[in-house]
Amino acid sequence: MSFPWAEHYAPKHPLMRYLDEKLPLPRLVYNAVGAGYPVPRNLNYFWNFGVLAGAALAIQIITGVILAMHYAANGTVAFDSVEHIMRDVNSGWLIRYAHANGASMFFIVVYTHIFRGLYYGSYKAPREMVWLLGVVIFLLMMATAFMGYVLPWGQMSFWGAQVITGFFSAIPVVGDPIRMWLLGGFAPDNDALNRFFSLHYLLPFVIAAVIVLHIWALHIPGSNNPTGVDVKGPQDTVPFHPYYTAKDGMGLGVFLIVFSLLLFFAPNALGHPDNYIPANPLSTPAHIVPEWYFLPFYAILKSFTGNFLGIAAKLWGVMAMFGSILLLFFLPWIDRSPIRSASYRPMYKWFFWVLVADVLFLGYLGQAEVTPTVVLLSQLCAGYYFSHFLIIIPLISKFEKPLPLPNSITEAVLGHPAPAAA
Amino acid sequence: MLRFFAPLIAPLVGLLFVCALLYAVIAAPSAPAAHLASEEFHLPPKDIHYSFEGPLGKYDNQQLQRGFQVYKEVCSACHSMRLVAFRDLEEIGFSKPEVKALAKGWATETPSVNPDTGEPATRKSLPSDFIPGPYANETAARAANNNALPPDMSLLAKAREGGPAYIASLVTGYADAKTFTKDGKSLMKEFPDFNTPTGLHFNPYFANLNIAMPPPLSADGQVTYADGTKATKLQMATDVSAFLMWAAEPKLENRHRTGLAVLAYLVIATLLAFGAYRNIWHGKKH
Repeated sequence: MSFPWAEHYAPKHPLMRYLDEKLPLPRLVYNAVGAGYPVPRNLNYFWNFGVLAGAALAIQIITGVILAMHYAANGTVAFDSVEHIMRDVNSGWLIRYAHANGASMFFIVVYTHIFRGLYYGSYKAPREMVWLLGVVIFLLMMATAFMGYVLPWGQMSFWGAQVITGFFSAIPVVGDPIRMWLLGGFAPDNDALNRFFSLHYLLPFVIAAVIVLHIWALHIPGSNNPTGVDVKGPQDTVPFHPYYTAKDGMGLGVFLIVFSLLLFFAPNALGHPDNYIPANPLSTPAHIVPEWYFLPFYAILKSFTGNFLGIAAKLWGVMAMFGSILLLFFLPWIDRSPIRSASYRPMYKWFFWVLVADVLFLGYLGQAEVTPTVVLLSQLCAGYYFSHFLIIIPLISKFEKPLPLPNSITEAVLGHPAPAAA
Repeated sequence: MLRFFAPLIAPLVGLLFVCALLYAVIAAPSAPAAHLASEEFHLPPKDIHYSFEGPLGKYDNQQLQRGFQVYKEVCSACHSMRLVAFRDLEEIGFSKPEVKALAKGWATETPSVNPDTGEPATRKSLPSDFIPGPYANETAARAANNNALPPDMSLLAKAREGGPAYIASLVTGYADAKTFTKDGKSLMKEFPDFNTPTGLHFNPYFANLNIAMPPPLSADGQVTYADGTKATKLQMATDVSAFLMWAAEPKLENRHRTGLAVLAYLVIATLLAFGAYRNIWHGKKH
């Protein structure tokens, strides 16, 4: 599916014509990310982040496959095999630091991508399926990242696995058996490490497959744009190639520069020193903190401290933590405002920025030492998070008076109605 | 019916979570944290500068060799360094014969097997051997150290908050708890019950203020540097912590060098990509 004015693939070379007859793979690429895909002409830099997320996944898979050639998933040697990579494997330090910091870059890019979608209403009809598949990708990424962090088998790996699998024991009656089944034992050990390695190798390919669906679903309605106004005609779009391949190429350059600064000059800045101590089940670290990209959810988990309605605080925390992500699945139907872009939603725009600040502050609170002030602030911020999505959004979609929308993308770009042939 | 109730589901679920939080605030307020001496009198690491800091940072081989000497003559009596092999010392400027001699003369020998009987034995180390630790196993290490375990030093500089500066501060930071003050406040006045149990030593740089390790650097001139550098306590501490950073991150110089080359390449490539982007979009308002 595409707009009727999309350019048509017409191979000139006999070999390409032959290939098009037998296996039209070049045609697929041409229509997906080539000149055959018309894209709104007014996309801003925030639309780079989808391609960047794809690039980040590719970097993770390539570096990960190489790491797996040298890594040994066994509790007795896992830690040392990582040090073997760091010290003895040619450029092993580069591959390993690229993989560890690449995970952080992946999350930075994906969080920007998600908030872009929230600001410009990319989750709304007709792109609900794109959004749902995106949330699935996000969940898969979190699972993959968690299991990857366990593999070096340092102190934070071990105790992180202990804490996160402990969430399942909050489920009444069947919780403990489920946790034991997941771990293959009473505590994280060789069996857990082995299955985490197996799944950590599998899930990125599942993510890649869901990304294919995500892009497929996107190509049916076509890309959203900063005005949120539907494409009306050919003057509103440009072909993906060369316009957006060029723009994404530059974005990729900037992404790689930021990535390199982290990787070459501060490779341990986002890690935790305790993970350079081998896993020791008999010694609990003073502060167990997850990787930075889980901190907002960790803060939500810790903020539920009361046994409300006779349900244990721990179960509330776990339900809230999973709920804070799962509620995103319902967002396209919770937000009933027909206006997509926050640029024309004077109330939603403000609440959006409050949400951004709220999530960043939750991240800070997630790693802060637990004091009464920190707990109270987490409770406040967690309360806002749920209110934002479940109470405020439905309310403002009822009462908000949107600003006048431009008649078309081209009108918004040119500042006046489009001439007959633009 | 459903059309009427469906829009209420989300706000009701939201309200449920908000009520759970409100209940937590009202019914289960967290107890105020107790005043702890280890929080109020803990010191952050001293401000020590190293040659390897910053994006252009390099190791100073003279310093690393001095630091190795401190490790060999002081630390290695209790602390192992199991991830570093003798041959690695060539990277910090020791010659092949020097490394061979160092390996052969190391205080503890490398575990081996008696070729005639098959019994466990030891032999002189070779450059290809990892540096043998002072104890046969953890039990032996604890038995010799009042049940404390001296940590392996291979990764210590990366495994502690504050890194090498923390290590240098710790080994020079022993003090007398009785007279210790921070910001004009006296420890014993604020916490009269504070005590250092027998076998432990007061050190404000250590997380809980009492550490099992006795002061390793007892006096200036404890080691005699071959290059004539005056071996003050702080000098020895700085040198050995620099050496530990090298042991933990031996590829640091290579990383900095590669990083600069990669950045130069990427900046040029990105500028070219920016030119291509401007060129292609020229005349297309967006």
